[in-house]
Amino acid sequence: MRGHVIDPSPTPQGAAAPATNVTRAGDVRAMAARRRRRLLGLAAVLALLVVACLLSVAVGAKQIPLDNVWHALFQPTGTEDDVVVRSLRLPRTLLGLVAGIALGVAGALMQGHTRNPLADPGLLGVTYGAAFTVVLGIYALGVTSLYGYVWFGFVGALLASVGVFLLGSVGRGGPTPVTLALAGAAMSNLLYALTAVVVLLDSQALDVYRFWKVGAIAGRDPDLVVQVLPFLVVGLVVALANAPGMNALALGEDVARSLGHRVGLTRGLGIAAITLLTGATVAVCGPIGFIGLVVPHVARLVVGADYRWILPYSGLLGATLLLLADVAGRVVARPGELQVGIMLAVVGVPFFIVMVRRRKLVRL
Amino acid sequence: MTTEPTTQTPSPSVAEQVRVPGRPAVRLAGASWVLRLRMLAVAVVGLALLVLVMAVNIGRGDFPISVGEVLQVLAGGGTRAQQFIVLDLRLPRSLTGVLVGAALALAGAITQSITRNPLATPDIVGITAGASVAAVSVIVVGGSYGALSGPLADIGVPVAGLLGAFGTAVAVTLLAWKRGIESYRLVLVGIATHWLLLSVTFWLLTLGDVTDAGRAMIWLTGSLSGRGWEHVQPVALALLVLVPPALIGSRVLGALQFGDDTARGIGVRVTPARALLLVSAVGLAGVATAAAGPVVFVALAIPQIAMRLCRTAQPPLIVSAVLGALLTVTADLLARTAFGGAELPVGVVTAVLGAPYLMYLLARRYREVRA
Repeated sequence: MRGHVIDPSPTPQGAAAPATNVTRAGDVRAMAARRRRRLLGLAAVLALLVVACLLSVAVGAKQIPLDNVWHALFQPTGTEDDVVVRSLRLPRTLLGLVAGIALGVAGALMQGHTRNPLADPGLLGVTYGAAFTVVLGIYALGVTSLYGYVWFGFVGALLASVGVFLLGSVGRGGPTPVTLALAGAAMSNLLYALTAVVVLLDSQALDVYRFWKVGAIAGRDPDLVVQVLPFLVVGLVVALANAPGMNALALGEDVARSLGHRVGLTRGLGIAAITLLTGATVAVCGPIGFIGLVVPHVARLVVGADYRWILPYSGLLGATLLLLADVAGRVVARPGELQVGIMLAVVGVPFFIVMVRRRKLVRL
Repeated sequence: MTTEPTTQTPSPSVAEQVRVPGRPAVRLAGASWVLRLRMLAVAVVGLALLVLVMAVNIGRGDFPISVGEVLQVLAGGGTRAQQFIVLDLRLPRSLTGVLVGAALALAGAITQSITRNPLATPDIVGITAGASVAAVSVIVVGGSYGALSGPLADIGVPVAGLLGAFGTAVAVTLLAWKRGIESYRLVLVGIATHWLLLSVTFWLLTLGDVTDAGRAMIWLTGSLSGRGWEHVQPVALALLVLVPPALIGSRVLGALQFGDDTARGIGVRVTPARALLLVSAVGLAGVATAAAGPVVFVALAIPQIAMRLCRTAQPPLIVSAVLGALLTVTADLLARTAFGGAELPVGVVTAVLGAPYLMYLLARRYREVRA
């Protein structure tokens, strides 16, 4: 991890630095050096992610040596190891990968748009929107299939998020960080309460809900991943396109507007990206909220305040953390396993606290 | 209350000329306040409504008593039967609601002010999550594995909640401590701890059988069901002990709003002031959570609602407490009576009542408010 702990003084104004008219040669050199360090750091995180993927395929109730993993991936012959890798481990690893990237990026966007360090990707009501429609589907319509849960969850997440955005936007001035955060919190609480009503009325819904709530990437149908993949890809592209606008917004709305940015458009795109990324992930995996909360802070500690760097770092770190937590969940409770949502907090929180204590904090 | 830092004025004649535009000041001996009529009106109306809703809440039930009779009994009259029903059976429950609501809202107002973050609640130091882990373990371990039986489990839950809340608060503070407390670091450490404990709570929910999970869910949303005088006393005591330091400490909240450095620059001793406020908030929220479970939404929304109703720049403490009590008791009334025979946990109704109102206030947007 040494490789990417690089920027000795992440400047809060780092976002503005590339835009200023740099004249002195020293500054140019410093910027080039910083860019090189950031790229190197990104490569280091990428390498770590590859290791995490390999571990995720190899480690589990049945240990599979790495050469057998290789064998299963590139010239499968139908041995037992091949079947385990191709039908169980690989889909799970892929799901972990995309979910981690999506949640990391969505978390960074969410914290940027609300300018609140407490914001997680579920803040727009996405998590509880999904939870409410899932339990409602079970209670009122008798939905029992996993597919049913996924699409009910996705629709709920979308509706809740759109509702929050509209609610935060009415009145003059359009959506501001504070109104978005508060509208999201109000909506989340309302939906949580309604979920609790349904769950208390119907113990069958409670039984599904309590397992859904912890969040897991195990035992999901590979087809499901393929079905939500388009939403994730679109969300990711929109998110990355949103990064320069986020840098401008970080200077404050008035400054951003006077620099010629269309604030409303940037916000709208950002919220759309968050909704797609989080909605699809929550629908498939359940709420794994912690990743989107923590990973952007870690990314900010590493690269400073430039969203063009924060977003890729967040995505890659998110996937790495998610996969490592999933592997840890399989190791600690062998031959069973702990769900990744729980392991994430258990693995991630101590790491995060050490990080927060040791480094100079970068404010939003 | 939320006054501007008082400036020492050289002579009375000058002092009379120093006025906050449009806001009359009250000066009593050495102290002075800005008189905010709107805030006063909200507080008075809130209190009146609170008494009314409490009386209705006490009156409703298997043995209905009219509002007038309830008030009579409370004043010392009424028949023996009415006295027994009102004073021994129903009053403690309503009082628990009042005290818990007030304590949570007050704690929320304090934490939102000192962190300058509208999303901050006592959760940021892990109160709710710590209490939840402890209480849910008692429920699940006590229920499914029979390690604790009936009455012991009943006493065990609040006590475990209290210990969990305070233990977590102390742990978070120590983890965030680095030559003093910086609120940004405290918030980050606290929210991480909150998630950790919350995850453990949800994991515990998957361990037990589904009936225990149901009981735990009721506790997790906050419930006033079956609360008696033994629940009123500790919360009342905590309020008596903790509210005065909170109100004294709140003098500096206005200055803290400008940020730590500015507050220090205008002469506020930031660390002791914030420590005092934080300890009061933690104590209030911890005791309230132990008594009724984490009644959701009160600590988050009420300060914001109060701020918008009073049109102040930051959450007003006393008005928050009154409105918190009002919301909790109203929610309890609805939870008990609006759904026929079934009784919902009060936390469900607080959010269903409070969230649309907060949304309405957000949509009306009197003005840009940044907490």
